[in-house]
Amino acid sequence: MSRISMEQVKHVAHLARLAITEEEAKQFQHQLDQMISFAEQLNELDTDQVNPTSHVLDMKNVMREDVAKPGLPVEEVVKNAPDSKEGYIRVPSIIE
Amino acid sequence: MSLFEQKVSELHERLHKKEISVTDLVDESYKRIGQVEDKVKAFLTLDEENARNQAKRLDDQLVKGENEGALFGMPIGVKDNIVTKNLRTTCASKILENFDPIYDATVVQKLQKAETVTIGKLNMDEFAMGSSNENSAFQATRNPWNTEYVPGGSSGGSAASVASGEVLFSLGSDTGGSIRQPAAYCGVVGLKPTYGRVSRFGLVAFASSLDQIGPVTRTVEDNAYLLEAISGVDPMDSTSANVDVPNFVNSLTGDVRGLKIAVPKEYLGEGVGEEARNSVLEALKVLEGLGAQWEEVSLPHSKYALAAYYLLSSSEASANLSRFDGVRYGHRTDNAETLIEMYKQTRAEGFGDEVKRRIMLGTFSLSSGYYDAYYKKAQKVRTLIKKDFEDVFEKYDVIVGPTTPTPAFKIGEKVDDPLTMYANDILTIPVNLAGVPGISVPCGFAANGLPLGLQMIGKHFDESTIYRAAHAFEQATDFHKQFPKL
Repeated sequence: MSRISMEQVKHVAHLARLAITEEEAKQFQHQLDQMISFAEQLNELDTDQVNPTSHVLDMKNVMREDVAKPGLPVEEVVKNAPDSKEGYIRVPSIIE
Repeated sequence: MSLFEQKVSELHERLHKKEISVTDLVDESYKRIGQVEDKVKAFLTLDEENARNQAKRLDDQLVKGENEGALFGMPIGVKDNIVTKNLRTTCASKILENFDPIYDATVVQKLQKAETVTIGKLNMDEFAMGSSNENSAFQATRNPWNTEYVPGGSSGGSAASVASGEVLFSLGSDTGGSIRQPAAYCGVVGLKPTYGRVSRFGLVAFASSLDQIGPVTRTVEDNAYLLEAISGVDPMDSTSANVDVPNFVNSLTGDVRGLKIAVPKEYLGEGVGEEARNSVLEALKVLEGLGAQWEEVSLPHSKYALAAYYLLSSSEASANLSRFDGVRYGHRTDNAETLIEMYKQTRAEGFGDEVKRRIMLGTFSLSSGYYDAYYKKAQKVRTLIKKDFEDVFEKYDVIVGPTTPTPAFKIGEKVDDPLTMYANDILTIPVNLAGVPGISVPCGFAANGLPLGLQMIGKHFDESTIYRAAHAFEQATDFHKQFPKL
């Protein structure tokens, strides 16, 4: 019995904005189950009194002077966009 | 004999004396690529016209006797997840197949300042996710020592191009071992710097709290030269550290008398092959002979590193890779009516299986109801792993062990089993979680003729000590003087 249901797999794929086929969903269900049961060995460790590490160096709030500088030119920025017009990037309609 | 069997310092001297030109060095690169690239398949893009023009310009400078730096004119390859202005950068992914960057990564700007010559862009596992280069969307790079074997990964192209003499040296990136493991598999020197030593600006992000760019070279000395050129704080990367960049080459004294080496029992225990273990024990004898001392220690949380790493790196990757949505750059599907379908279909078409798998695992670990049990738990375990290293470094200068549990494996051998594939990285991953620097140097050959690597791990920002130890070991052995026959 998998600890992840097909519904969960499809929900996660939706959150990740990945279109998946029924076949792929089954495969991910199996592989995620394997990886998650592997990850559950971490529960052997008592970490109640341990702080999480998100970053290894002792630094925070790196600030810079708030000075305006020129950005990249618009024609360069849209150069790699799959669909653009007059300096704007075009996408399928967002509002019905 | 190939020019690239000489060190940077020797080639520099010969350029200075006008015995060779920059054009000769660049010719050497493309000539060798012409001879062996069919077999090695290390490059995704070559930049021959620009490289030859630049070589001419540098040769003009040389004639005028303009002051040239240590890396002046040296041919380099760059991993294809480091952006290069107007030179296609794909991350070995279909989603970026035609991506033409509009700026240079900080390390690339630094290479330009050092006046190296970029030969081309190197193959990798897609978005640096993999240990064999089989996850490239375009081609599988081969191990130059035996082309039926993988070169390692994800910086497989970086290691294979240097080992086969296509370039003098290269840049790779290392998130869980992606420089050190291929360096070990291909018999070259690879260093993952301390987290924050090298700017990540322009490195396409995989796991931002773990990623570092580092040098892949034939010798430790060349490695030290290249690291010095790319290091330093960068206003464009707020995680780059404001610490002095030492002259790393000056640390290569050859003297390791009194050096205190720790050998974690976990790095020679279960899951580590006989050949890897024996090569490390032999290496320790060499270091002892040079006056270093070693003792067995414990890094008790080592066995949990792999699970913590896959949760953390996949979580960070799922966030970082959300930028590939078909809007600003890269592939966009033709098969979608609505915006959300466009996102989903674009990503389904553009990403390969391993990348999708990790995005799924990462999204799951970060999703509501599972965050504390998986992501946060892994962050806490990361604290314990970091503490293991801090404890050992209170008494010792360097930690030594194998880079990988085994030599390179055959192409196709592990591709269907993610967990077995991930186990290649058990000895390199803890180093990224702790953020400390690690180097792999050649330390022998397995019975099948493939190279083995010795890993040396140092304190935060103490690359100098691991360079000193690695260099002393290298000078006392001749593994680095052997070259694959292609």
